[in-house]
Amino acid sequence: MWQAEVRRVALGIRQRVFEHTIKNQGGYLSQACSAADFLATLYVKTLNLGPSIAPPVPRPFAGPPGVNNPNSFTGADYHGAKQPEYDRFFISPAHYALVIYAALIETGRMAPAGLDLFNQDGSSVEMIGAEHSPGMEVTTGSLAQGLSMAAGVALARKLKQEPGRIWVFLSDGELQEGQTWEAFQVIHHYALDNLAVIVDVNGQQCDGAMDSVLLPGAFAAKLTAFGAQVVEVDGHDIEALQRAAAIKPSQRALVILAKTCPYQGMDYLKKRYPRLHYVRFRSAKEFDEFEAAIRQQLYHLK
Amino acid sequence: MDLVSKPYAQAFIEFARHKPEVLCISADLTSSCEIDGFREQFPERFFSMGMTEQHTLSFCAGLALEGFRPFFHTFSVFLYRRPYDQLINSIAYSNRQVRLMGFLPGITTPGGITHQAIEDIAILRSVPNLTLLETGDATEVETVLEVADAIDGPVYVRVLRGLVPRLFTTPFGFNQLRTLSQGKDVLVLSAGITTEEAMRATQALTQAGVGITHLHVSTLKPFARQAFLEALTDIRYGVVTIENHTIIGGLGSMVAEILAEEGIAKKLIRLGLQDTFAHGASRPYLMKKYSLDALALIRAIEKLLHHTTGITANELQAVRLDTVHSEAKAEAL
Repeated sequence: MWQAEVRRVALGIRQRVFEHTIKNQGGYLSQACSAADFLATLYVKTLNLGPSIAPPVPRPFAGPPGVNNPNSFTGADYHGAKQPEYDRFFISPAHYALVIYAALIETGRMAPAGLDLFNQDGSSVEMIGAEHSPGMEVTTGSLAQGLSMAAGVALARKLKQEPGRIWVFLSDGELQEGQTWEAFQVIHHYALDNLAVIVDVNGQQCDGAMDSVLLPGAFAAKLTAFGAQVVEVDGHDIEALQRAAAIKPSQRALVILAKTCPYQGMDYLKKRYPRLHYVRFRSAKEFDEFEAAIRQQLYHLK
Repeated sequence: MDLVSKPYAQAFIEFARHKPEVLCISADLTSSCEIDGFREQFPERFFSMGMTEQHTLSFCAGLALEGFRPFFHTFSVFLYRRPYDQLINSIAYSNRQVRLMGFLPGITTPGGITHQAIEDIAILRSVPNLTLLETGDATEVETVLEVADAIDGPVYVRVLRGLVPRLFTTPFGFNQLRTLSQGKDVLVLSAGITTEEAMRATQALTQAGVGITHLHVSTLKPFARQAFLEALTDIRYGVVTIENHTIIGGLGSMVAEILAEEGIAKKLIRLGLQDTFAHGASRPYLMKKYSLDALALIRAIEKLLHHTTGITANELQAVRLDTVHSEAKAEAL
């Protein structure tokens, strides 16, 4: 059953990101809570990707792309070979890199040892992933550019009559950027119905809850007004996610608003709300309590 | 000297006609960028983006990622001011084959500060992977397309539109300097619309017995350093650069860097906007006001020579420019 596999991968993502955060005394932990279930659903069930063609342990950074650098590479190889019938998956919020790396490991696309290279000097397994990082095909750390690039790919694939879909993972904070809305206008104008977007609606951004930083307003109504077919789902309900992902609108892009909880599966993290963007510890006591509580929940310890 | 009307319009059609992977992208300035004719003939390869420049740069990167070569046409200012972040992160870092066709470079528009790209070269010269080209006449406008499209990476081009003089008959040569006159007193480097002015000045100066080596620069990055150094070898008095741009970070700065790195103790005068914005007015008026014209160049050269030539504005007006048919004839000017 695919559901069992999705649940296993989702738990594995949370566990790996948690262990990494403990080991490194900090990390992008909340992002694993919100995104693990829909990323697991995408990788296990939704996306039509070929097997990874990348080395299981990621190569060192080989320099920026350029005419004088034949050695540069992208992390897209972890999503398999490019084929007309295959989907493409673009990760826009590059600070979710740790979560993506964990997902790649859980789905057998990267070796567990790859995560040991995270944020190590000279490694391509960067903290804020760029196009050379596993799972990344473009450079999206400056938020809201991934959707536009993916839309360009979507138009190009239509021109080439390639049947594969183009999936984009967006964070809800990116809906604050003007470029996102420029992109949705163009996506609508060119009826890019081969494009599907999933948004992690966790209500979080760097400064805290989006409600306090800049009122997000009605995402669904705005996106619908911009011509997208919008589906709102519980971002932790994997069956609802898969049903939404299977929708193939005509003449419109699909946008799945995955409503998520930024401490899903790690209840103790709620104590930090609304400062969840990057988890740090102020004392050994805090660290110990935190570790014990979350470890117990993640590994069903009594 | 011939004046050619809208050389880009037909050139782009002919260039792109048999290249299905070339896409024509516009941001609501289609006839202003002379691509309305292309839109009529090849609607399936014309994509209107509306006024979404930030999006469009990233979008073009996506098209290029899939093997297309998008030519994004808009005014120069809109290619790098508003969407600079997109230019860096979506295009330049990844070395995407996106061609940024920038119209209305410098003070070629009465549109004022909002429309005058006076610091584009300074900013874009610092961007790794980006090639910078500038057209100086109708022939270069017509032939820059093949040059730009041959480059494995992103390219920014300053394109002239409307009535454009035909100064050259040989095509745009990538990373080459055009030698338009040879003499041993002063080395003049010009680019874009200042070349016509410099040719006017050079002709008058030659008649007045001043020896000028005049180089036209159409590839701003990379820069033909060796050719420049060779031309400089026997120059007695110094170098003058004249550019349709602020003197900070453009052609004059490039020359200054090379002189310093080579330890060449020659005087350099940089003509261009002297660390100032311009404003909305006619091109001849602005070129005179901001010392970008032939007379300004003559006065700069006189400063290097420490004597006056006696050339007046009236005499300059009488100078007639011929089309440069070949490098050999150019040197005989």
